Amino acid sequence: MADKVIYAMYGDEEVLKDGAKKLVSRGVKINEVFSPFPIHGIDPIIGIKNTRLGIMAFLYGLTGLTLATIGMRYMMVVDWPMNIGGKPNFSYMQNILAFIPITFEFTVLCAAHGMAISYLLRNKTLPGMPAQNPDPRTTDDKFVMEIRLSENDKFSADELTAMLNETGLIELDQKDIK
Amino acid sequence: MHKEAAIREPLILGHKTYHDITEDVCRPIEDKAPRMWYILFGIALIIGLYGVGCILYLLGTGIGVWGLNKTVGWAWDITNFVWWVGIGHAGTLISAVLLLFRQKWRMAINRSAEAMTIFAVFMAGMFPLIHMGRLWVGYWTLPLPNQFGSLWVNFNSPLLWDVFAISTYLSVSLIFWYIGLIPDFATIRDRAKKPVAKKMYSILSFGWSGRAKHWNRFELVSLVLAGLATPLVFSVHSIVSFDFATSVIPGWHTTIFPPYFVAGAVFSGFAMVQTLMLIMRKAMSLEAYIHTKHVEYMNIVIMVTGSIVGTAYITELFISWYSGVEYEGYAFMNRATGPYWWAYWSMMTCNVISPQLMWFKKLRRSLLFTFIISIVVNIGMWFERYVIIVTSLHRDYLPSSWSMHFPSHIDIGVYVGTIGLFFVFFLLFARYFPVLALNEVKTILKSSGESFKNAPDHGHTTNESH
Repeated sequence: MADKVIYAMYGDEEVLKDGAKKLVSRGVKINEVFSPFPIHGIDPIIGIKNTRLGIMAFLYGLTGLTLATIGMRYMMVVDWPMNIGGKPNFSYMQNILAFIPITFEFTVLCAAHGMAISYLLRNKTLPGMPAQNPDPRTTDDKFVMEIRLSENDKFSADELTAMLNETGLIELDQKDIK
Repeated sequence: MHKEAAIREPLILGHKTYHDITEDVCRPIEDKAPRMWYILFGIALIIGLYGVGCILYLLGTGIGVWGLNKTVGWAWDITNFVWWVGIGHAGTLISAVLLLFRQKWRMAINRSAEAMTIFAVFMAGMFPLIHMGRLWVGYWTLPLPNQFGSLWVNFNSPLLWDVFAISTYLSVSLIFWYIGLIPDFATIRDRAKKPVAKKMYSILSFGWSGRAKHWNRFELVSLVLAGLATPLVFSVHSIVSFDFATSVIPGWHTTIFPPYFVAGAVFSGFAMVQTLMLIMRKAMSLEAYIHTKHVEYMNIVIMVTGSIVGTAYITELFISWYSGVEYEGYAFMNRATGPYWWAYWSMMTCNVISPQLMWFKKLRRSLLFTFIISIVVNIGMWFERYVIIVTSLHRDYLPSSWSMHFPSHIDIGVYVGTIGLFFVFFLLFARYFPVLALNEVKTILKSSGESFKNAPDHGHTTNESH
C-alpha cells in the first residue's frame, strides 16, 4: 500500500519531546523517533513498551545453569567418577562446592550471549545490513520524528504539517513509500 | 532531565554542542594519522614481532628455553598471565560496576578502558596456551571425551575453572564493548566520505538506525550485561587466585587470596588506564572530556585498592607468624630477607607506599605525578606476582632441591613482545575506532557539560522524574 511519511527534524531532544507530547495529546500517532542517543522519557510518550529482553536473559541464564549441572554431573559422577586422593566423586551434591565456579561462569556465558544475539536479531541489526535511519544527521546531532499518514486517518497531510510546524522543528520532509 | 549539583565539577569542559562531540571524536579517525602514530606503531610492531618470533622459537624447541627448572616450574609465564589478567580488570569494572553505581564520569573512559581490557586478556590468554608447549593440543582443556577412553577434563581443578573464567570473561567483555560500539560506528558511517571507509563502517555498524525502540533495548541490554559482568569480574580474578590458594605450597595456601587478588587487579588495571588515557587525551586533543577530575577519580580508586592490597600484604605477613606454621613463617621470612629481597621490597615500595601519596589533593590532581605513579604501580604489581610465584617455589620442603630462577632471553622476549602486541592493538583501536562512547557522552552534555551547568537560564525546566 502506498503511504506517505512525514519526517520532522529537531535540533534538541527536549524540543522534540515537548512537540511529541503536544501532538500525541491531539491524537496524532507518532510512528518512530530516530536519535543519536537514548532520549529519556520518550518511550511512554510515543507508546513504546519496555523491552522484555531482561526476561530472556534470565531464561538463557537458567538454561546455562541447567546445562552446566547436567554436563558436570554426567562427566564427573556418572560417566567417570574421578578418584582424587582417594576421594572419588560419588554424588554431585557432596562435591558441589568444586562445581560452583564453572556453573556460575557458564550461566553468565549463556545469559550474556543469548541476550546479545536476541538483541541483534530483534533489532534486525546484523553485519552488512543497510543503514535504516532516514537522514545521516540523526546519528550526529539531529532528532527525527516519523509520522505515517496511514496511521493517522483523522488528519490530512496539510493538517499534520501545520501541527508539526508549531513544535519548533528545523526541517520538514515528506516521502512516498511503497 | 537529570539534574546535578552546581558544586560538582563539570565533566565536559568548554562550550560543546552535540555536533562538537561528534567532531572531536571522529576527527582523529577521519584525518590522516599523525607522524607520531606511525612511529609508535612501528616501534610496537617491531617489539611485537620479536615476541612472536620468541614464541615460535619456544613452540619449535619446547619450554626448556625458558629459565624454568625442577624446583621453579612456574615463573615468568604465569606472572605475566596474572599481570595481564589484572590489567584487564579495569575496563569491565569501569563500564559495568560504575554503570551500576551511576557514575557519569565513566563515560569518558569506558570505551578505551574496555578496549584495553580485551587486548590485555588476549595477551594473558596466550601464556597458559604457550606454556602447554604443544599449542595444537590446547583444545584438550575443553570438556571433550578423551579419544583413548572416556576420561574427561577435571572439573575439580582450579586450572579448568580458569579456562572457563577467562574465556567467559573475554567473550562477555567483547560483546559488551561491541554492543556499545554499534551506534558509534553508525555515526562514523553516516559521516564517512571515502567509499572504502563507508563500506567498512557500514558493515561494522550492523545497519544501526537509532530508533526509540532500539535505544530502549540498548539501555536494558547494557544494564543487564553490566549486572552480569560485575560478579564476573570478581569471579575471574578470584578463580585466578584459586590456582594458587588451593595448592599446599607455603605462601600460596591462603584464604585471603581471592579478595586480595581482585583488589590488586583493579589497582593495576586503573594504573594502566591512567597511563594510556594521559597519553591519549593529549595526542587526540580530548582534554575537554578526560580532564583533571577524571584523573582524580581514578586516583582515588587507585588509592583505595592500593590500601586494600597493602592491608593484605601485612595481614599475610602477620598470619604467617601467628599461625605458628613454620613452613609458612619461613616462606615469608625468605621473601623479605632471602635472595629475592629486592623483588619483595620493590613490590612493597611500589604498591603500598606510592598509592598513599594520593591522599594529597595536589598530588592526585597532578597529571605528571599521576603518570609516574601509574607506571610505578604496574611495575609493583608485576613484582607482586613474581614474588608470590617465584619466592614461594624456589625454596621448597627439601633444601637439597633449593634453586634460583633466572629468566632466559626468551622469557624476556615473550614478555616484552606481549607489551608490543598490546600496543599494536591499542594503537589500531585508537586510529580506527571511536575512543569515546559518543552516544553516552552526549547524554550527559546537558547535565554535566560546563556551558550548560553554569548557564543560569538554560531554558529546560521540564521536571520528568528519572
